[in-house]
Amino acid sequence: METKYISKNGLNEWFSQIVKSGKRVYAPVEERGKVEFKKVQALSEVAEEYIQTTQSIKSAVFPRAEVLFSYEKENGQVKVDDFNPDTVKETVLWKVHPCDAAGFKPLTAIFNWDYTDKLYNAHLEKTTLVTFSCAKADKSCFCTSVNGGPGNTTGSDVLLTMLPDGGAIVEILTPKGEALVQLAASAFEKDKGEDKSKYLADVPLTFDLEEVRARLATAFDSPVWKEQSERCIGCGACAFVCPTCACFDIQEDAHGSKGKRIRCWDSCGFSLFTLHTSGHNPRAVQSQRWRQRILHKFSYMPDRLSVFGCTGCGRCSRACPVDMNILEHITSISKK
Amino acid sequence: MDKLREKAAALLADGTVTMVLGYEEGTNKPRPVFCHTAEQASKLVYSSQCINNLAVYLTKKEIMGTGKVAIIATIPTLRSILQLSVENQLNEDNLVVITVMDKDEVKQFANFAEIEAYIADFQLKLDGKEQEIINKLEGMSREERFKFWMEEMSHCFKCYACRAACPLCYCTKCIVEENRPQWINPWAAPLANMEWQINRAMHMAGRCTGCGACGDACPVGIPIHLLTRKMMEDLAPEFGFTPGQPSKNGNALSTWKADDKENFIR
Repeated sequence: METKYISKNGLNEWFSQIVKSGKRVYAPVEERGKVEFKKVQALSEVAEEYIQTTQSIKSAVFPRAEVLFSYEKENGQVKVDDFNPDTVKETVLWKVHPCDAAGFKPLTAIFNWDYTDKLYNAHLEKTTLVTFSCAKADKSCFCTSVNGGPGNTTGSDVLLTMLPDGGAIVEILTPKGEALVQLAASAFEKDKGEDKSKYLADVPLTFDLEEVRARLATAFDSPVWKEQSERCIGCGACAFVCPTCACFDIQEDAHGSKGKRIRCWDSCGFSLFTLHTSGHNPRAVQSQRWRQRILHKFSYMPDRLSVFGCTGCGRCSRACPVDMNILEHITSISKK
Repeated sequence: MDKLREKAAALLADGTVTMVLGYEEGTNKPRPVFCHTAEQASKLVYSSQCINNLAVYLTKKEIMGTGKVAIIATIPTLRSILQLSVENQLNEDNLVVITVMDKDEVKQFANFAEIEAYIADFQLKLDGKEQEIINKLEGMSREERFKFWMEEMSHCFKCYACRAACPLCYCTKCIVEENRPQWINPWAAPLANMEWQINRAMHMAGRCTGCGACGDACPVGIPIHLLTRKMMEDLAPEFGFTPGQPSKNGNALSTWKADDKENFIR
């Protein structure tokens, strides 16, 4: 790992060289009153004043809907057109926040747990993350309580911490990051020895993660799930904006003798998610579905994958139509 | 606020109801709360910031149980209650409806007919910004309108928050979940999203009471409530109902009469 300095002009130069290299660049853009990741061509398109994009960047590696393969039956023969990793384009995710970058760790663990997911890994391999430390946070943010932080480097290839002069401290973290820096090597200068912690948002520690995990180990039958979930209306907003939620459904787009098999986002919050063909639903009520959401992130994932399924980005709390504030709920569990 | 809390506490204390649905302080604005004891009634708040339509919970058996409950209703919630009632979804004897009037006066309705008389004084209005979008859409050609909605639909990721927040989307199995045959493509893509929203608008035709909960719930900011809203205004003169008032003649999509006008068939 190496630390450098880049000036404001240097940043512009680097960004334009990245675009010129032919890589796709996704960055936060403000549109229709929302800030979301979008394909960009110029640094001037990138949003400045915001806390968090509504959606996470997980769609770069796990799209909302992705064709697994297509097929066609002709003269008794079935021709399968499988997913081709070579069609995946080199992509740079620009101005990701540390909580989004950290989300790649649980995602990678899930998509390589019992099966090596060809599609996910193909996207990940061609993706480089240029993360920006957070200078601002709001009351939904809690990265520091879930092993993260506003200047955390987990998952990032390069981490920039912006300085008052418009330049940035550049931490080059991986060979991928180094390769990206090499696209405009002359734009980078020697590290000025600035302490990045001076420029980071203050995100207070609100709960002890291991304590939450320990309490959850015996909380399956607790009345807390019903109490907390009464107002939950059972939509999928929390799961879809989440940087680590990875549940999917497989659907068929069939037209006569040809068709496609499509993987689409799904959510454990939906009543249909666990409905069996027999008509039986093991998670028949919303409180059981809310319990699943929390236990999966804070108990099952650390048990099975050695990583928590929450990065403290706060998106679910901000997106929820009925204010199911995850920080408030987890904090209350930690104190029970 | 004190009067509201006293009223709710009294209803719970004397056993008139087993639960009071209302609002409590939330992260940025009030949010739904369920009071099961008189003590919990002290959490209740009420202001113009209370935008969740609590009528959405009235058809959820797992929340409502079998006892009598009270609901603190805003004007949009009252409209939804009446529409749910004409659709035979509510038991009048099992519901205490309360609203908060000027100067924090609390009003308990004796029956649904009284609610109807009460809301007649409140006109259903869109705010200026929303009216502006509708005016803009009305000025567009059919192609331009399709383009506008396709762009908006490209942001939809099918979380179904619109459906979940709507008091009138109470089907236990939604058409999007029907897969024998699959009527609507279930994945998120502009056209598949449009199919879903067109279906939702059709199913709401003549039923939507214009509360705007679907648009408020949309995490990606699609003004979907304007679809059902515009539909309501277009249908009202044709089917003889008043926007925001319960449509007692059945809903436009599933009602047929021998003398229905057929002038739309060209």
